[in-house]
Amino acid sequence: MKRLVSLIVGLLAVCGLLAYTGHQLQASSGSTGRKVLNLYNWGDYIDPHLLTKFQKETGYHVNVETFDSNEAMYTKINQGGTHYDLAVPSEYMVAKMKRAHLLQPLDKSRLTGLQNYDSQFMSQTFDRGNRYSLPYFWGTLGIIYNDKFIKPGSIRHWNDLWSTKYRDRIMLIDSARDIMGMALASQGKSMNTTDPATLRQAEQKLNRLAPNVKATVADEIKMYMTQNEAPIAVDWSGEAAEMLANNAHLHYIVPSEGSNLWIDNLVIPKTAQHTNAIYAFLNFMSRPDNAAQNAEYVGYATPNRKAKALLPKATREDQQFYPDATTLRHLEVYRDLSPTKVQLYNDLYLEFKMHH
Amino acid sequence: MTKRRTWVYFIPYGLWLALFVIAPVALIIYQSFFDLGQHFTLTNYSTYFRSATYLKMTLNSVWYAFLITLFTGLISYPTAYFIHQLKHRQFWLLLVILPTWINILLKAYAFIGIFSQAGLANQFLTFIGIGPQQILFTNASFIFVATYIQIPFMILPIYNALDDLNPAFVNASKDLGASTWQTFRHVIFPLTLPGVKAGVQAVFIPSLSLFMLTRLIGGNKVITLGTAIEEHFLTTMNWGMGSTIGVVLIVAMIIVMLLTGDQKTKGGTPR
Repeated sequence: MKRLVSLIVGLLAVCGLLAYTGHQLQASSGSTGRKVLNLYNWGDYIDPHLLTKFQKETGYHVNVETFDSNEAMYTKINQGGTHYDLAVPSEYMVAKMKRAHLLQPLDKSRLTGLQNYDSQFMSQTFDRGNRYSLPYFWGTLGIIYNDKFIKPGSIRHWNDLWSTKYRDRIMLIDSARDIMGMALASQGKSMNTTDPATLRQAEQKLNRLAPNVKATVADEIKMYMTQNEAPIAVDWSGEAAEMLANNAHLHYIVPSEGSNLWIDNLVIPKTAQHTNAIYAFLNFMSRPDNAAQNAEYVGYATPNRKAKALLPKATREDQQFYPDATTLRHLEVYRDLSPTKVQLYNDLYLEFKMHH
Repeated sequence: MTKRRTWVYFIPYGLWLALFVIAPVALIIYQSFFDLGQHFTLTNYSTYFRSATYLKMTLNSVWYAFLITLFTGLISYPTAYFIHQLKHRQFWLLLVILPTWINILLKAYAFIGIFSQAGLANQFLTFIGIGPQQILFTNASFIFVATYIQIPFMILPIYNALDDLNPAFVNASKDLGASTWQTFRHVIFPLTLPGVKAGVQAVFIPSLSLFMLTRLIGGNKVITLGTAIEEHFLTTMNWGMGSTIGVVLIVAMIIVMLLTGDQKTKGGTPR
């Protein structure tokens, strides 16, 4: 008993010491001082070298905190008590945050480098005129296949997935909007449909896909595909880029008949405190050389036209991640649907999952 | 004086109970009466009980939880019994408890490694000439892993019940001519039944709402109420509906507690 008590006391002492040192370090780097920027970002979604470069150039130290879902980020900012200067929501979440009055408008007079961005990714439905957001990275939803098991070229369209050849061979990303959207796109319907009858039909079509579905999983899809666990998967381009980097047999295609175009954006939450640092950072990230360096590190597609021109030829001409103009025209950005419609999508999707 | 002191001792427990048990449950019940538009209503409950999807999901959850509890029991009772006979029982018991120190997520990933196409299980199957099989994402693998994870929580209460059993009863039974099986059937098992019941409570309830495993091991081919709750809180942000399912689970828990609780009035004491 005495030993147990001394053990616990010892552990507490060590924890206390660590907490104190951590606090001291934070204080010396000035997380609460004036020369800082608090960035709330997805995990591993910025080149750390850029952060040091930014500090060297401007003197602002960037504190990065990470989140793993738009909803988690929304809840945290909405509940208050945070002091994030910049956050990186996806497009539909920008609209949601805007409506909940969680965002500060951008002061365009302080932004330089706006002309670097590709007009394709500007002034989208979720934020007309880019009053609140700047695009950070973009990507698509598509099909990943393994050329060890699937002949290249045999899968080009969503409907190819319904072939009886692929029984128990497809992995789906566990996301209601994307999987319902895939079924809608395969029927030539808009991925933003809110008509219950059309959605019901999409769900019935998904039910017919059920025999081909090996599993509906989340992040693990990357690991499974890399390890050749399944020959086909439906996932986002960002995830695909990571899989392709780890397994040379994998390929990614965006069906030309239509798919989702997602855009992650930099926004300023209402709680932001370091205005000068924010604009310094936005302008820093808009610079072609920095955006290109970031794109090479993260592996996602950059919306910065001038940065894209700086990327290696193999990267910028890679149809997998920078699809051709025809495909690009058919891509659809998700609109922020009302909660009841989101619920409808999810209820139907749940029914599909129950159908296995 | 002594009376007052006991009362003082009760304060931390009372605070803990109020803050971490009563308050959350009250909040869940409160939330369950609000729909997406934040109106006070009973729609969540009527949706739940009129939706074939939710009812099927409930049946699914109960069925899988039953299977997991059954298999856990079938493995745990003999294990606890034999450990109790062994010489270094504390050591063996420690080995049983050891896996609970490891995070459930890590254990799930370990099983992914074992069950995957190139994993140990399939290497073995290939070695004995059967060839690789699809093991991951099947109902069987889900039940297997869930059972593995729950076993320590069933063994412990049974072991304790066996430990509390007065050996004099067993000896008396044998002296009076009962066979080993008769002794077990009429003396040991009835006297350790409270341990089994405690184990069932500890296993059945968490099994009802397993959601991490349904995705990682079951590939979402097994859908339980936990999956729906996760979705309502994280994706649709329909906290009301998520809470409603939570309330249903709490009610299910109470029912299981009542069914497996001590029923002294029925006179279950062995003579």
